[in-house]
Formats: sequence, structure tokens, C-alpha cells
Amino acid sequence: MAAAPAPAQPKGATGVLVLADGSVIWGHGFGAEGVAVGEVCFNTAMTGYQEVMSDPSYAGQIITFTFPHIGNVGANNEDIESANPHALGCVVREPVTAAANFRSQRRFDDWMKAWGRIGISGVDTRALTKRIREGGAPNGVIAHNKAGQFDIKKLLSQAKAWPGLEGMDLASVISATQNYSWDDGLWTLAGGYASHSGNPNGPHVVAIDYGMKRNILRNLVAAGARVTVVPATATFDEIMSLKPAGIFLSNGPGDPAATGVHAVPTIQKILNVGLPLFGICLGHQLLGLAVGAKTLKMTQGHRGANHPVKRLSDGRVEITSMNHGFAVDTETLPATARPTHISLFDGTLAGLELTDRPAFSVQYHPEASPGPQDSQYLFEKFVGSLASTRSL
Amino acid sequence: MPKRTDIKSILIIGAGPIIIGQACEFDYSGTQAVKALKAEGYRIILVNSNPATIMTDPDLADATYVEPITPEIVARIIEKERPDAVLPTMGGQTALNTALALAKDGTLEKYNVQLIGADAEAIDKAEDRLKFRDAMDKIGLESPKSRIAHTVEEALAALEFVGLPSIIRPSFTMGGTGGGIAYNREEFIHIVTGGLDASPTTEVLVEESVLGWKEYEMEVVRDKADNAIIVCSIENIDPMGVHTGDSITIAPALTLTDKEYQIMRNASIAVLREIGVETGGSNVQYAVNPKDGRLVVIEMNPRVSRSSALASKATGFPIAKVAALLAVGYTLDEVMNDITGATPASFEPTIDYIVTKIPRFAFEKFKGAQNLLGTAMKSVGEVMAIGRNWQESVQKALRGLETGLTGFDEVEHLAGATIEEIEAALSRPTPDRLLVAADALRAGMSVDRIHQIAKFDPWFLRQMQELVQEEAKVKANGLPTSAADFRHLKSLGFSDARLAKLAGTSEAEVSRARRALNVRPVFKRIDTCAGEFAAKTPYMYSSYEAPSFGEPDCESQPTAARKIVILGGGPNRIGQGIEFDYCCCHACFALDDAGYETIMVNCNPETVSTDYDTSDRLYFEPLTAEDVLEILHTEMQNGELVGVIVQLGGQTPLKLAQALQDAGIPILGTSPDSIDLAEDRERFAALITELGLKQPDNGIARSAEEAVRVAETIGYPVLMRPSYVLGGRAMEIVDTLAQLETYIREAVVVSGSSPVLIDRYLRDAIEVDVDAVADGETVFVAGVLQHIEEAGVHSGDSACSLPPYSLPAEIIAEIERQTDVLARALKVKGLMNVQFAVKDGDVYLIEVNPRASRTVPFTAKATGIPVAKIAARVMAGEKLASFDLSPRNVGNHIAVKEAVFPFARFPGVDPVLGPEMKSTGEVMGIDADFATAFAKSQLAASTVLPQTGRVFISVKDSDKPQIIDAARDLVSLGFELVATSGTELVLKAAGIPVTAVNKVAEGRPHIVDRIKDGEIALIFNTTEGLQSLKDSQSIRASALYGRVPYYTTAPASRAAVAAIAALRRHRLEVRPLQSYLQQP
Repeated sequence: MAAAPAPAQPKGATGVLVLADGSVIWGHGFGAEGVAVGEVCFNTAMTGYQEVMSDPSYAGQIITFTFPHIGNVGANNEDIESANPHALGCVVREPVTAAANFRSQRRFDDWMKAWGRIGISGVDTRALTKRIREGGAPNGVIAHNKAGQFDIKKLLSQAKAWPGLEGMDLASVISATQNYSWDDGLWTLAGGYASHSGNPNGPHVVAIDYGMKRNILRNLVAAGARVTVVPATATFDEIMSLKPAGIFLSNGPGDPAATGVHAVPTIQKILNVGLPLFGICLGHQLLGLAVGAKTLKMTQGHRGANHPVKRLSDGRVEITSMNHGFAVDTETLPATARPTHISLFDGTLAGLELTDRPAFSVQYHPEASPGPQDSQYLFEKFVGSLASTRSL
Repeated sequence: MPKRTDIKSILIIGAGPIIIGQACEFDYSGTQAVKALKAEGYRIILVNSNPATIMTDPDLADATYVEPITPEIVARIIEKERPDAVLPTMGGQTALNTALALAKDGTLEKYNVQLIGADAEAIDKAEDRLKFRDAMDKIGLESPKSRIAHTVEEALAALEFVGLPSIIRPSFTMGGTGGGIAYNREEFIHIVTGGLDASPTTEVLVEESVLGWKEYEMEVVRDKADNAIIVCSIENIDPMGVHTGDSITIAPALTLTDKEYQIMRNASIAVLREIGVETGGSNVQYAVNPKDGRLVVIEMNPRVSRSSALASKATGFPIAKVAALLAVGYTLDEVMNDITGATPASFEPTIDYIVTKIPRFAFEKFKGAQNLLGTAMKSVGEVMAIGRNWQESVQKALRGLETGLTGFDEVEHLAGATIEEIEAALSRPTPDRLLVAADALRAGMSVDRIHQIAKFDPWFLRQMQELVQEEAKVKANGLPTSAADFRHLKSLGFSDARLAKLAGTSEAEVSRARRALNVRPVFKRIDTCAGEFAAKTPYMYSSYEAPSFGEPDCESQPTAARKIVILGGGPNRIGQGIEFDYCCCHACFALDDAGYETIMVNCNPETVSTDYDTSDRLYFEPLTAEDVLEILHTEMQNGELVGVIVQLGGQTPLKLAQALQDAGIPILGTSPDSIDLAEDRERFAALITELGLKQPDNGIARSAEEAVRVAETIGYPVLMRPSYVLGGRAMEIVDTLAQLETYIREAVVVSGSSPVLIDRYLRDAIEVDVDAVADGETVFVAGVLQHIEEAGVHSGDSACSLPPYSLPAEIIAEIERQTDVLARALKVKGLMNVQFAVKDGDVYLIEVNPRASRTVPFTAKATGIPVAKIAARVMAGEKLASFDLSPRNVGNHIAVKEAVFPFARFPGVDPVLGPEMKSTGEVMGIDADFATAFAKSQLAASTVLPQTGRVFISVKDSDKPQIIDAARDLVSLGFELVATSGTELVLKAAGIPVTAVNKVAEGRPHIVDRIKDGEIALIFNTTEGLQSLKDSQSIRASALYGRVPYYTTAPASRAAVAAIAALRRHRLEVRPLQSYLQQP
């Protein structure tokens, strides 16, 4: 993929990815028409594209799927991690095909279109991945126009003008706007999601929504919790008024440092009252920030369903789903926080716990969906540690 | 956890000879295990009877026992070597069953040996159908409804429970031997009877049919800390009902949502835990109902397997190596991923391409066998191909098969077929059913209809529909004229040859047009991680990576080195198998030693040659002229291409020699012209005359009439064969005019460009194989191998001994002299194999092949001279004088090679030997004398010679004098003899006690009745002429199914008697190969 100055538009191109450095990658558009600007990252999972697209942590991002056939099992109404897709769009190698799976309800490209998401196919995604690996995730614009009308100059200036995820507080933007309770459990082949399976007498977990994946809530319910979701902007007092037995900090998009500006004070107060706390992904980074550690932007990030993590307590390896472009810098952890998990790919911090408070967090996604379910035990560990709130 | 220090020495059990269901993937896994564990400092003891393997190279293990893999023999090795541990998971079902037997009979306990990798309980739980089902019940995984049966009565009761159609699976057999699908009661009883017989525990599982469901496999690796990873998922395109070894499969699975995939992932890990596979790789197979996703477990293999070899090659993750390291106590996070060099093995490979495997069959070799696929494996090899999409990958695989396909070629027998005929063809699970589906699409049949009949997933059918539509466009409009359109077409996997057929032009013209548009493939790397990390291992595949627009990225990065390209042998087939891969690997090793960069091209996932650390650079590509030339084009952009080696991979690379030469590519070793001279009968006959050597009278015929004329001039019997053959395809000995006419009508197409060769058949001659190396000036005869069967039995099917066991010294000297003369005349640079026939003291030249032969590895093992390595370096320009070739280490021992046959897999086929090669593999017996070495070779080939009982003898007239001594010996050894009338008379006349028995045609009870009743312990039956051959077919068939040893030639019968006598004199002793090869 040459970063040469944009060549003339080839005949038949209906989609384009314009990177901030001026590279123009042509393809065939699918899904919705339009233009979106964001960070271009890659994901190496071979299954679960619908879950990935609907994972709120991908807000502000354009996903390059490294697996060449995307769309092969279509789209359905179950395999979603939020009400609507959050990734801006995706870049794939092969044209989207008709679905081959009994669970499919419509074609993937139709689903993309219905949700206003832009796709381009026909891209040397491996070359794009290599570029991200070597030069970091670039900012870019994805555009789809059936008539093939693109103003590359304008798209390029949009890409250049986009400030990048660093410093961006996306969590507050996509978070729930009001409290709601959740009582669906996990999915089974025979029964779908276990609806209304929550335990009304279970310990009350208040989950702060920074861009929550639904499977986290389902796992909390399956572990026996009563769950209430609150917006990212909920205050300490608002949270405490719900009488939580434990607090959950969700995953989410954007720069943890930016979100941390308003989230960290709340979390610090929660820690100070000694409430048990569990964080995932962005929630993990926010916990890190709350105890004084720093976060840093990674070059290429970790996005896939094959990431090995070592559990330091017993040396066991968990194969995990990961999706993060920022990490907590292990060097900056205070004495009261100790690493519990590390990435076996690059040694970055993958989990921590506090020594003076009942709080722990992981950088990866124990809720899976998509990806391996090796780490689901963490939900049981968390919910099991909470005192039940008996109904009177 | 670090490696175990409480064990110092490990016995690795190999898989023995190549047979259907157990091929060279176990050389690949065993070699990896030996290398990995030796590097860890363990003393490695290896037992494997297969001399053609890399793992039995004497410099690999510390002690290499080329001995029969039976519990008794392995116990003797244990007794002698006292290993601390046995690793039984690298040698397929053979190793597993042997280890289990040694555990059960107390040998392991007696010598305080532990099983590592999988213990006896785990093996038993996985292999015993009932225990396995109970284990699955326990962890909440569904199995198909089933019942165990030990008798036909029990089986019929089970049938009431599961209903028809029903699947019958015998316990403890490999590759589904003896199993099948029954659609009616009669068929059921028939299959159950065979299955009970095939099972060493007389046990079959009668199972609910899940025919037509989808089939998936998961390759799992687990360590002793209970870390478990999925290396690869595999989806079978053929539905349930076709053995997975016979199915077209892809990796990764393409039709599962993540939710279903994770169910399967969790289930697979749960299965390993429950079965108790403490460390290592296993394969778990599932059937999934495509309508509702209902998932049932079919089976698991607690060991590395054919599928794990495929998964290793498909992902770059070396399962066997990792499994070996885990077996000695490492955990996954302690083992590095060689491919990235930066990450640990504790991760799940993710790939950004699609892999397709297509099996290769040999039905044409077995007259009378039905080409229907079922639950018993029948394929003899496989091809794997990699593409950036499924279409590219499957079309590459089709052309890589080397069965004449260039892609989805039209099925010949369906030309002009009606829809009804196509539907009928689709309903039959034949090897070419996917091609039939393409024809159905061409005929306008809907994807739904095809899916309904054949159960291929609609996703694949729709992809094929696109291909068929593109084909139609090329047919209508010719080749694309723009680079973008051409690239698009190529990115769907179309070969130039296929496009030429479609556009009605030549392949050369398509290639020219393509290159003129600068449409060329790029090479991508197999990196285990979909590009997330940089790959340091140059393991590559080609793709017409088609960014819709713009230039694709090529990752080949050819180096500046002096490089030699070695072309491999492609998919295994009868006549071209592991022996050639052995030669290619040795060339890599030797040329690496000599300082060249070695580049391997091959498409066979079972082999050592396609291991990423065998060569410096590996291209996993079909061996077609187009694919190879593109690789060379890329490699020549940097460094110096010293040349290409085409003589080691069998006929496959040789067929490319012309195309390479035309393209100006330097070919190392003997010139293609010399090869042609040796292959071209007329040119060769002229050379023979010039050299004053003798050939059997021969002629060449370009029409049926001419064939008759030539045959009559030479005189019957004659040996008929088409030119340019390997493995004796369509060779036949013809005794009469009528037979000749049948042959011409049925076996070959005789035409001007495809002549038939006719030789006088030297009846009862002794055949001799010679392997030699020459450097253009000097010639080194590495081995003279005397065949045990007489000339006329294909050399690949014949047992042979090195050194010759009965040839006079002056004949051997004459053979060596003629070899020398020939090698010089042909200016051989590299390997040469010559076949001679010796009759009445005269030496006749049968054929010369100035290239690697099937016997090269055997010769190397028997003599200790690394023949293939020397040959490779000679090809690269070194002189023989620079190698230490003398004194030869032969003299104190004798090695016997015996062939192994797949007849039991092909019911209805006459298990008789002839000029057409039928064996799939070979074993070696080595000992101080011929009789003992022969005895070992028989045992290694699973022929258990009896020590007592009744021997049936019925031989043709010309053999009668030869058999008398053998018969007398048998009587003195305490055997009782029965014979048919003619033989009985001769034996009686010689004063040998014998009882008459009826021939089949003479009324009952006849000999077949007595074989079936278990009254016969050994059979000598030789025949003359078609009628007597036909009459005796039921004898051979009942012997085969009754597992009664039988010999169909007089020399082999005599050798068997000598072997029995030797076994009576002393028990079989075991000695490592290294001890034979030490200089005196």
C-alpha cells in the first residue's frame, strides 16, 4: 500500500478510505452511503463481526477486519452488544455474501445499511493491517457513494482535521442517559437469552455505563446479581442512593484520561467508602487513574479474540477477547495496586487489584462476545464477594 | 513449569508403514517430537519400522530401532533401553494401541516406564466407544444415540434403539476400518460382522445416523497446568457420512456465528479435561444439525492426527512440536511461537486466509472397487491450498491434486447429462461430487436443490455459482483485456490453464496476456496472527490479492543469497509418496549444509518437507508450471538462483522440467534431455544397443493393430504399458491375444501421441533394483536390491533384500558394471535407479530412471550412506570424490523391505500382485541373516507367521518343483499340509505327507470353507493364467478378511518358510540402526 499522492479515481470505485497522511485506498462500498471520520484500527477475530460492530468501545473507530470473509453468517437480532452499532464502519477484503447460518435474519450489509454504518470491500486488508502494525492506528475517513462521487481533497482535510482519540471523551457521549435495570442472562442455543432471569434478591450491582457491552450485564445477572445501570455522569450521591452492594465500571471508547476527568473523582469516592468494585477495559483504566496510575496510548492496540493473558496468582493462561488502544502503565501503579494479569503478547498490564480496597479490574473482556469465555469466572468472583441485599 | 528432570530418556513410538488412514503426517509429527525433545537434552529412543521416514534417519534419535511395532518387540526395546518414559501420541493409532497393550500387560510397570502425553486411562476412555459416550454424558455433551454390541445379536437389538440408517463404528481401529453405514437390515448384518472382526476387542458401536449434518473439527492443545487453546477449527464441506479423511475440508470454519463457535470451543476443552488428556494435542469432531445448530460429539483422538498436521500447516502452529514439549512438563506460555519469535505458544492462532484440503484417491488402481465414500477412509493422500478467499483456495487445491484438473473442470462422464442424471450423480458420495455440483450449477440447477441432495452448505455452492458465472463470461467474451478485470478473475483462483480451456486458447497464450497486463500474484506470509506481529519465518503462499484498486502488497522479500529451489512431490498417491518427500528433505538439509539458501515448493500438508523449518523458505503452492514459474520469477528478483531440483519429488516436478527449461530456468543435475532419453523407449533402445547391453525383446505400438503385431513378433507373455508412467499405472502382463485386446480396449488409449510399450515378459526371472549416484564422471553404486517376488510384480510392491540374498557375486558385479556404463552414457548427475532382470545367468536391463527412486531411503537406511544428501550436493556441482563412500557398511547384516497393501479397504478387489503398483507403504526388517530380517519385515507389515497349524499349498505347475523343499521344511517344523489335487500329487510323489482339499469349483467343503472355519494358518497360492487367477480370488479374499497370512509367489513362500524356521530357532532380537552402521 503505497502512501503515494492520491492517484486518479479508478473506474467503478464506490468506496474509499482516506488516511490523514494522504493515502487513498479505493474499494467497493457497502452498507450505508455517506462519510465517517475516525481512527482506523484492526481486529483479528475470525468470528463475531456483528458483536464487534455493536461494541460501544469501537465508537469513533473504523475497523479493518483481518479475516477476509466477513458477513458469511449474516446478521441477527441476538448477536449485538448494544442497541445499535457503534463502530463507524468497517474495511474488509471480500465482498459481503449472502448468509449461511440458521440464525441469520438478514444480510450483514443490509444490517450495516439499516444502522447507517459504512463498509468498503476489496481492500488488501493485510497490507492495511501491516501499516497499522508498523505506524500505529491512523486517523481516516471512510466514504461510500454508489455513484462513485468523492471529493478526495475534502475527505483528506476531514481526516486531517479530526483530532484523534487521544483526549477524546466518547464515553459520556454514548452512555445511557438515565438509570435502568437489567435482568437478561446468558445466551444458550436452545433458549436464546435467559430473559428476566435476574435474581431480585441478589446483591445489587450498580454498573456505570461508559459504553457498556450487554454481555457484561448478562454475565453479572448470570452470576446472581441484581443489576442497575447508571449513566457515566451519575454522581457519587446518585449512585449511593441506589444502595449498591458493589460497583461495576464498564468498558467504553475513547481516551481514559479524558473520560477520567469527570469519572475519576466519583470512582475515588466509591473506593473511599470501601464498596467492592470491578472494572473492565475502560473501567480498568479508570480504576488505574483513580489510584494515581497513568494511561498511555498503544501503537497498534490489542483487538482480537486470541490474546493470551497470564494470571499471576497461579501462572494460568487465559485466552481472552481484547479491544483496547490505551493501557495502564504498570510503572506508574501505586504501592496499593498490584498487577494480577499481564499480556503474554507484549507484557502490558492486563489486570490489577488494590491491596487496601476490595477492587479489581481487567483490561480484557471476560464477558467475551465475541471470543473465548475462559475468564467468565471473574463475574462470579465479583458477585460472589458481595453481600446479598435481602428484601424486607 | 520447567521441563521434567526426573526423566532422562524417552521412547517415541512411530506409526509404522504408510497405510490408508495413517500416512506421512506421523513422520512429520514424530520428526518434530524427536528434534524438539532431543534439543531439550533427553536421550531419545525411537521405534519405527518405516525406513522411508525422516524420523528414522540415524542421526536424529539417539537409538533408532527400525523394528516391527508390536507390543512384544517394543517390550524388548524397553527391556534393553530402559527408557524413563514412553511418548505414545506421535505415532497415530499404532503407537496408541501399542502403548495401551504395554500398559495392560504390565510391561510399563515392570520396567517402571511412564506414559507421557496421554496415559492408559485417557487412551482407553477416548478409544473405547462406551466409555467415551459415558464421559460425554457426564459433561453434558450430546452424542448420537448409540449402543455397544459385541455380537451380531446385540447389534440387532441396538438397531431397534437407533433405527436405520445406522452407522457402525468398530472400536480401536484406525481410519474407520471395518465400519460403514447401513440402510437396510441385510447391509447392517454384513457391516456389523465385518466390523466385529476388524475390532481388536470385537466391539462395534451402533449409532444413530446424523448423515447430512454438518461436520466440524477442533484442534485442541492442553498443558499440565490445564491451559488449553484451540489451534484451529476445521469445517468439512462434505457432510456427515463421509469420513473426515476423505472429506474436502476448510480452515477455519466459515459458517458458525461466534456464539456457536464458543459452544464448540468450550465443549472441546471440556472433552480434553474429561478424557484426561493431560498434555498435548487432540482432535474433537462434531456433527451439527444445520437446521437448528444442535451439536453432537462424534469422537476425539487423544493424540496428534492427520487433522492436527493439517492444522499445523494451515496456521503455522507446530502442534506436534509443542505437544512434545508439553509432554515433558513445559506449559504453553513457556514455549515460544517460532513463527513470530516474539510471542508465546499460549495463544490461539488467527489467520487471514482460507485453507482448503482435498483428498486424493486411488480407486483406479483397484479394479472392482466402488468409488463411493463412507465412514471408512479410502483416500491415499491429500493436497492443501491457501488463498485469500475460499474460491482462490479451492481452485488452487483442485489443480494441486494433479489429477488433470485445472479448476472446476467439467466432469467427463456427465457431458450432455440430463438433470435427472446429474441429480443421481449428486446423490452419490463420490470423490468428484463437488465437481458434479459445479456441473449442476452449469446446468442451471439451483443452489437450494443441490444443497437438498448433496448437503453441501449453500454458502460454498453460491461461491461456486459465482465461479461458474465468471467461467461463462470468459467462454462468451474471451479473456479480459484490462488488468483490473484480469486480476479479479485470477483472484477467484482461476488457473491460466483453466482460462485457456474456457477461452479456447493455449495456456501459454493466457500466461502471455496476463503478464503483458502485469497481473502477477503476490506472496503473503503464514504468520499465526493475521499480521498482528511481524513474521520472521518465510512461510508463504501466493494470492492474486485483489484490492479492487491499487497495487497489492507482496511479502516475499527474496534474499540476496545463492539459492536452490527444490520442487516437492505434491499429494501422496500410490507410487509417489513419502520416499520422495524424504529425498526432497534430504536435499534441503544437504544444500543448507553446503551453504545454499534452500527454497521448498510443495502442497502436501502431511509431509516433513512442508514443515517451516525444513527449508530456509517455504512456498505452500500447487506444483503446476504456472505456480512454480511465478515463484521463480519472484525469487529471481534478488540473489542468484543457482537452479531448480526436479529429480527428487517423483514424477510431479519432472513433468515441469520442460516448462522450466523453456522459461530459461537452470535445472540442476541430470539434464531433462537425459531423463527423456531414458523414458523414451525408442531413443533408449538405440542407446542400449550402442552400449551392448541386453533388454527383453520389446516394441512400441501406436495402434491396436500394431500392438497385436508387435506382441506376436515378441511372443506371449508380454508386458504392456503406456509410456511415461509412475507406479505402474495400467501395466499388465498379457498371455493371450484375447487378453491383449481387452487391455487395449479398457486400460489405455493407444494413439500416435500416446503409444503403448510392449516387452517380452521374463517369467520367473529375478528382479534387481539398483540405486546409484553419479557426478557425470564417476558412478557410485549405493545399493543392489534383490527382489523376492519374481519379475512381473511391480518393483514397488515387491519385497527386496539388500544385499542380495541369493545372487552370485559375478552377477552382482555385472549389474554394477552395467549400472556404471549406463550412468556415464546418460551423463547422470545425481541419483539413478536401474531395474534389471536376471534369468538363466543373463542380466537384462528393464528400465532406467535417472532420478530419485522409491528405494532411496531404504538403501540409505540399510547402508548408512546418505544417498539423497550426496546426490543433492552432486547436483549442485560437487564431485563424488569429495564424499566418504567406502568402505560400504554392508556385510554383517541384511535388510529386507516389504510392501504394505490397502486391500482390506477395498472389498471386492482381488488382493493379488501384478505389474500395477498397489502398495501404500513399506517396512524394513533388519538382522544378521536373511530369514530373520524377512521374518521381521513380515511382522512389521502385520503378517504374523504361524508357528503351528495347517498350511494350504496350491501352486502353478512351474512353481511345483520350487515348493517341494519348502513343504518338506514345513512338515519337519510340525505343520500339517493340505493341497489341491495337482500340488498334492507332486508333494506326495516327493514323499511329503499331505491331505487333499477341494478347489472351490470341486464342491464343498472346499478350501474357502476351511479358511473361513479358521482351519488354515498359512496359504501359499500361486497362479498361472487368467482362469486360475479368477478361480483363486475367493481364497485370497477369505484369507485377507480372515487375516490368514498368504503368499502369492513361490519365492516369497520359500522366504516365509525360512522365516518361520528362523523364528523357531531364536526369538527376535532388537538392535538400534546405529549399531549396524558403525564402522567395523
